[in-house]
Amino acid sequence: MTFLELTGVQKRFGDVNAVEDFNLAAQRGEFVSFLGPSGCGKTTTLRMIAGFELPTRGAIVIDDVDVTHRPPNQRNVGMVFQSYALFPNMTVAGNIGFGLRVRKRPKAQIDKRVKELLALIHLEDRGNRFPYQLSGGQQQRVALARALAFEPQVLLLDEPLSALDAKIRIVLRKEIRTIQRQLGITTVYVTHDQEEALSLSDRVVVMSEGRVEQIGAPADIYNFPATPFVASFVGTLNLIAAKVIDGGEGRISVEGQEIRSAKPITDAHDGSTVTIALRPESIELGEGGGVNRLRAVVEDASFLGSIVRIRVHLPESQTTLSLDTFNDPNLDPPAIDETVTLSFPREACLVIGSGPAPVVDVVAGA
Amino acid sequence: MTGSSGPAIGSRAPGALESVASSTVAADRPRRNWGSPWAWIIFLIGVLYFTVPLIATFAVSMRAKPLFAAYTNSFADPRFLSSLLYSFVIGLITVVLSIALIVPTAYWVRLRAPRLRPFVEFVTLLPFVIPPVVLVFGLIRAYSRPPLPFTNTDLGSSALLVFAYIVLSLPYMYRSVDSGLRAIDIRTLTEAAQSMGAGWFTILVRIILPNLRVALLSGAFLSLAIVIGEFTMAVYLARPAFGPYLQLLGANRAYEPAAVSLISFGVTWLAMIAIAMIGRGSRTRIQVGGAH
Repeated sequence: MTFLELTGVQKRFGDVNAVEDFNLAAQRGEFVSFLGPSGCGKTTTLRMIAGFELPTRGAIVIDDVDVTHRPPNQRNVGMVFQSYALFPNMTVAGNIGFGLRVRKRPKAQIDKRVKELLALIHLEDRGNRFPYQLSGGQQQRVALARALAFEPQVLLLDEPLSALDAKIRIVLRKEIRTIQRQLGITTVYVTHDQEEALSLSDRVVVMSEGRVEQIGAPADIYNFPATPFVASFVGTLNLIAAKVIDGGEGRISVEGQEIRSAKPITDAHDGSTVTIALRPESIELGEGGGVNRLRAVVEDASFLGSIVRIRVHLPESQTTLSLDTFNDPNLDPPAIDETVTLSFPREACLVIGSGPAPVVDVVAGA
Repeated sequence: MTGSSGPAIGSRAPGALESVASSTVAADRPRRNWGSPWAWIIFLIGVLYFTVPLIATFAVSMRAKPLFAAYTNSFADPRFLSSLLYSFVIGLITVVLSIALIVPTAYWVRLRAPRLRPFVEFVTLLPFVIPPVVLVFGLIRAYSRPPLPFTNTDLGSSALLVFAYIVLSLPYMYRSVDSGLRAIDIRTLTEAAQSMGAGWFTILVRIILPNLRVALLSGAFLSLAIVIGEFTMAVYLARPAFGPYLQLLGANRAYEPAAVSLISFGVTWLAMIAIAMIGRGSRTRIQVGGAH
């Protein structure tokens, strides 16, 4: 059953279309992430759900109630900000209990709830501290508890981990997900960090220039990107221009070398140019990786610890590809300028658009 | 082998290390830098510039016989305390109304109408451009006749004086509040409070005002200091304020004006010290969201 629904939501700032025709139906208890680069409209969309921005067009419905024109203080939506936004004049307990005091709940009830939440965020003994006496991670935990204290219908998190260092981010990421599952609260999480979005979410909304590029489960987003943008933004990949030989059979030619895609190519006619995407980890050095074979010349091999990233180019051109192999101490990496055979399965060959390959880094989105 | 023939390498006789260390410290101890003589001369001139008038005033006040008579006479004059109290009460009302007017205005301008900020700043600076005498004559002309005949009653005149003082304190109060607002992330704090169900009044009273405590105190004490000594407006509105009393005293007494000046100076300094103490106490508590 749909709990949070955005229908045809649009937001214009003057002549600029910040968000265009945004549609989303989130289930109760679902964790949805908005993923995209800076300025793609993800925060604006979140702010429209919170009520801080009024949509130019469209509707926002929470639990069958249209809240599009409701002020933020009447939406029952909890929000966590990148900058924590804890009230400096209040203690941790004061911050957490603020929403309940505004709702004029009895003091005993507020105290009980504050205690519960302090236990939930593992800061039982810090209730009397002021925000400045806590670390960044602790402050953000308090901000999360504060947003949950009044039992909001929807929890919104606007890049909550961006201001924290890498280790704390990972710990807090897990905590957020655990708490969200524990409480079963419908959550929308904004981030530009693909790892965060993929590891946390039930579904990911990938956005670019105000538009939704793809909505799907993390594995679908990664394995089956719907557009060149999604393919380039999520994970690392190789984009190669290829010519369609027989679209119905999925036969394509990469500079004279024939390969096959698993699915027939329906949106491009035979003889036209298409872009294919190959994940570095789906290509194998040698002939054991699948039915598709490409000859290539080694340009470079980079040792990345557990992985060796090899960069090759096709013999007759400057089209370059990257592939990842696990580090095997018993095997030497291929020599520079050595001609090698690459292999990959049909399923790895994703046709993501007609026309020449977009100009992106070979391993864009890394 | 090495060890058996004498002390091991690196070992020293007891106390040697300490003596070396202490001699090194003595050698490395930086000479206390007392600064250049010119700096001291300039500092001394500054100190004299501030203290000589005070000492001279004190000396004049002490000429009255018996000792401290100027001070006892001042306190004995009922008009001294009543005028000081009147100005103090008027000052407090001015401060309260200024805060009620300026905090929501400055907050709203910063939050919702940042483009209006230069205009509002210009308006708040007008009291520096318009002399008090012009302002008070304008007020008297406008509010001495129906529909708002303020000057017809004492209470009305006092109210008019408060309104005039609010205008006079605008530059100090607005600047203090504005700089206080700049120091906190009001937009995010406001949104955080709104998302938790708070309305505008709750946000102003529970979030914004407490975080502006030091800024408000600065503005309040500056305004109070100006109001307590103000002469022009009080005299033209015929109010029994401290400024006109001081002037009257200066015209009729020899030593008491000096004593009263020093007393009011002392009161002002006490107020300033209070700001400094309160400010120091809360500096660590008031922190911009996001810092960690």
